Amino acid sequence: MAEAGDGNLALVKHVVLVLSGKGGVGKSTITTELALAFKHAGKKVGILDVDLCGPSIPRMLCVGRPDVHQCDSGWVPVYTDAQKSLALMSIGFLMEDPDEAVIWRGPKKTAMIAQLVSDVAWGELDVLLVDTPPGTSDEHLAVLENLRKHRVDGAVLVTTPQAVSTGDVRREITFCKKTGVRILGIVENMSGFVCPHCTECTNIFSKGGGEELAKLTGSVFLGSVPLDPLLSASVEEGRDFAESFPNSATFSSISSISQVLLKSLEND
Amino acid sequence: MLGFDTFLDCPGTASEQAGKAASCQGCPNQKLCASGAGKNPDPAIGEIGEKLSSVKHKILVLSGKGGVGKSTFSAQLARALASDVTKEVALLDVDICGPSIPRIMGLEGEQESSVHQSGNGWSPVYVEDNLAIMSIGFLLSSPDDAVIWRGPKKNGMIKQFLRDVDWGELDYLIVDTPPGTSDEHLSIVQYLSSTHVDGAVIITTPQEVSMQDVRKEIRFCQKVKLPIIGVVENMSSFVCPKCKNTSQIFPPTSGGAEKMCADLNLTLLGKLPLDPRIAQSCDEGRPFLREVPDSPAAEVYHTIVQSKAMPIFYFFLWALLQWVGGGQQ
Repeated sequence: MAEAGDGNLALVKHVVLVLSGKGGVGKSTITTELALAFKHAGKKVGILDVDLCGPSIPRMLCVGRPDVHQCDSGWVPVYTDAQKSLALMSIGFLMEDPDEAVIWRGPKKTAMIAQLVSDVAWGELDVLLVDTPPGTSDEHLAVLENLRKHRVDGAVLVTTPQAVSTGDVRREITFCKKTGVRILGIVENMSGFVCPHCTECTNIFSKGGGEELAKLTGSVFLGSVPLDPLLSASVEEGRDFAESFPNSATFSSISSISQVLLKSLEND
Repeated sequence: MLGFDTFLDCPGTASEQAGKAASCQGCPNQKLCASGAGKNPDPAIGEIGEKLSSVKHKILVLSGKGGVGKSTFSAQLARALASDVTKEVALLDVDICGPSIPRIMGLEGEQESSVHQSGNGWSPVYVEDNLAIMSIGFLLSSPDDAVIWRGPKKNGMIKQFLRDVDWGELDYLIVDTPPGTSDEHLSIVQYLSSTHVDGAVIITTPQEVSMQDVRKEIRFCQKVKLPIIGVVENMSSFVCPKCKNTSQIFPPTSGGAEKMCADLNLTLLGKLPLDPRIAQSCDEGRPFLREVPDSPAAEVYHTIVQSKAMPIFYFFLWALLQWVGGGQQ
């Protein structure tokens, strides 16, 4: 439960970080899909995108480039729908030129993240998902420092099956252990590609690494999501994958992962 | 609460206004900047300049986006260059938090004992007689060790890699970077600022989600005046090994690298297809180009390395002219 004095996070029931030591494994995609799954399950969800150099969330949820307004408590998040069931904040909304690079060293990134964590008027949320850049550096430390007063339920770690990926995610797991972040589980993304022409499955990015990593580190394996061009196209175009392809194997995997996660959050 | 515009109006740490401008109010670095600390150039820049002045070619491998294949490309490029045994090649991995190069080069497990210190500095790890590697991965004692460092400490490590590693006389220095436009990127450009850098090869995948980050990296290169040698589009397409049909797993919804290069007047060096044997080779630390020379991806790699845009081409031409000139005397 949130404690008094939490300010803008006072009415946020659960905070989940989405982490990976490795870049390009699908953190933002998984964050987006989990948020949509939670929303479809009737939850009020927020996504805080703290990837300052490469913010992907605005595009994935097709919210364009709206103005961000201020209210008495801070910045008003951008809502994806009239019912306000999915709220977003990203540095992507605050840049006038979408191609402008954020070329900042650590201290400036730290200060910006402090604001992003504390100064968004989220209101009442069931789950706030925090999408992060790869690594174990300024952004990650800044997020945890600023969430200190508020409870962080834990982290979902995203990997692809390859050893080059799990090798970095192992280090992220150490980061979580050192900083006291509970590991809610591991998601293996890009887990096999089924050819749409002949249904042959090819393990383009190798096989089994996510489950092995979970076993090695004593973590929960939440599930695997296949490499699906329809999912890539959906996030490219900011479409709701659940609405477009509810009968796909990919949706079924995502749905199952989101249900396990929600259960784990609500039982705590 | 600071307005967001405050962050954008930073006058720059080396400016006369550093720490004194209105937009400096509330910035965590304000006191430091106002004291003039940012204005004095780091003496290491000159030292690095001297040390690396004999390196004939320096190429940075960049991408705004993670997971597009920077390390994979850097490793293949380094190996391709080192296949000419008369050339001395080095691959420097400045991804401090997620160092992939040791694994990709088959050097996983080559830890502290392989990085010796001598009077000439740290010795890099040699994967071939003429191919030297340095990565923070060699300095960690366990594959679970996390490098939980803020910017300044990462910058210090990069400075040491450039100044204190005994690279010897090099023909090529390839630098693999993490995704983004932050400390590591600013530092590598800053510390190499008193040497000649041929430029950057930018890696992307076809989707707009990648390219929107890559365009930011291109802006970064323009801002720091780093020439862009060209762009490589990785994971371009996939040919099913069973039915041989082509699928576009990462669809080029906004025209892919081809359109981006046309719009920005950049050279498209090549389009690399997906091949599961690449991921496998990288995981097992085996040389892909040598072991799977008939892969369509291998052919594209060779085209890229031999491209006229790459500084290597002009060096070969120069070397050939020297040889021809010498033979005619």
